[in-house]
Amino acid sequence: MKTATTSKKTRSRRSLSKTDRFTLSAFVGIPTLLQILLLWVPAVVTIFLSFTYWNGIRLSDIRWAGIQNYKTIFLNEPLFYEALKNNGVWLAFFVLVATPLGILLAYQVDRGIKGHAFYESIFYLPVVLSLAVIGIIWNFMLQPGGFVQGLMGLDIGNAISIWGNPDINTWVILGVASWRHIGYIMLLYLSGLKSVDPALKEAAAIDGATEWQIFRKIILPTMKPVNIIIVVITLIESLRAFDLVYIIYGSPTIFPLLNLLVFQNFAGQGLSMKGAAYAVILLVLCIVPIITYLRIVFKEDLK
Amino acid sequence: MSTEMATNKRYRDKQKRKDAFISIFIGFFAFVWIFPILWTVWTSLRPYNEIISYGIFSRPRSLNFDNYVNAVKEMEIAGYLLNSAIVTIPSVILTLFFGSLIAFVVTRYKFKFNLTILLLFTAGNMLPIVLTYIPVFWMFIWVGELFGNRNMFYNNYAGLILVHVAFQVGFAAFVLSSYMKTIPKEISESATIDGANVFRHYWNVILPLLRPALAALSVLMTTWIYNEFFWALVLMSDDSKRPITSALRRLQGQYVTDFNLLAAGAIIAALPTVILFFVLRKQFIAGLTLGSTKG
Repeated sequence: MKTATTSKKTRSRRSLSKTDRFTLSAFVGIPTLLQILLLWVPAVVTIFLSFTYWNGIRLSDIRWAGIQNYKTIFLNEPLFYEALKNNGVWLAFFVLVATPLGILLAYQVDRGIKGHAFYESIFYLPVVLSLAVIGIIWNFMLQPGGFVQGLMGLDIGNAISIWGNPDINTWVILGVASWRHIGYIMLLYLSGLKSVDPALKEAAAIDGATEWQIFRKIILPTMKPVNIIIVVITLIESLRAFDLVYIIYGSPTIFPLLNLLVFQNFAGQGLSMKGAAYAVILLVLCIVPIITYLRIVFKEDLK
Repeated sequence: MSTEMATNKRYRDKQKRKDAFISIFIGFFAFVWIFPILWTVWTSLRPYNEIISYGIFSRPRSLNFDNYVNAVKEMEIAGYLLNSAIVTIPSVILTLFFGSLIAFVVTRYKFKFNLTILLLFTAGNMLPIVLTYIPVFWMFIWVGELFGNRNMFYNNYAGLILVHVAFQVGFAAFVLSSYMKTIPKEISESATIDGANVFRHYWNVILPLLRPALAALSVLMTTWIYNEFFWALVLMSDDSKRPITSALRRLQGQYVTDFNLLAAGAIIAALPTVILFFVLRKQFIAGLTLGSTKG
């Protein structure tokens, strides 16, 4: 019996004909080649370019710059620190406010209240909208002649600039970004919650546990894998953030973010390859969450 | 026994009261949530002049689809929507095809490089996209010039499609391979014993089994690729070739003085993904959760 299975195994390994081996190489090779050429090679090239001066036109124009681009960013670039601060605030707000709110909403909707499917759809709706559309929608709310200014009694003639006001624009932008993020987190969390046995909750409640105790002692521990994933997604999303701000301002000067600086220095002033250096800084910041994520999802395979 | 029933009843009554209270709260929250969208729809149904002369909250004198008709005519929306379709449909099909190939090989054959490949794809999906802008941009231009046609990839749908596929295939490969692990190996074994070659094993045996996961992913991928707009801004120099999501950014600048028209344009641009979401909601949610909660 034992020999039979081993011989079967060797046969199936050997039985790969030439055609089969060719098919398999093509199956793996073509997608991998595309992935390497358009993703990994450019990523490595960007890291290299971040140590050079280059206008991007002829390869022979590349000049070695050492760490000069980074030096310029760290020593002479006030926008960089502002961007770091904004990304930090973004991250803190998402971790402390938006993500918990998404979880809270998921938890409450999961009680099976009347019309929950309808409510869920409403909360998910911003998730399927593009950031370009989201930018336009919120412009209608906030711009001169928009809804909010109308409520404040300001007609177009004496409107104020909400986006341009540095005292409030951070919070407005974070609010709009949360509008989308909360639905996303809720969606992810809700599907996890559906797998928690409701009898567990009920039993605890009958034993006199408060809602908060049930959430902390029963829901959170059972949802541990989902929790970690959500935290990692929140981290990565906060570091990557910029589409919305780009749509609203078009330039990084009013509300700088790391990603926005990469984009501006890529499109605008290619000479120094400062854009590449910004991209590398962003990568360094993203590496810990990325590795954490990979370690979680490949936990079994890596053993 | 009876006391237990009484506690149960008391618990259920308490829950009911709580549920009622929470429903009101959630309902209010949901209204706040959807209000900006409703306001945009409302704006899109009214003529601009009316708002100028009577104010933002004026009683509507006429409600119609004129703005939509004008948006389609003036903004050339149909052309942009067509561009979106030209880019999105092949991108989604190729992404799913490549993703399923990778998933098929790494879960059905025991090669040493399997885990490396899967890690390469999954990690690639998480890289900050901006890390690749500069080289990809110049690579496309150079390769085009090498073949004597600058617009082979740059400023061409083909380039945009390839970039989308390269970025999304990692997610597809990851999701499909975790789905494939739930399909029993015996099915593959019997296929091999029956003499099916690798291609038939993939095409006739595995692909049909992957159908639910492919359906879920295709909805999600369509939404993501349709909504993506930075690559189109970077790689498409002709505005007339840009997908609608990217074109909106320019239209926003151009029609800033007639925002009722812009509202209609934005609603039209949002419709494809919103309709897709309402029709295939289950698949959309399944697609997102397949990828993120496999812990």
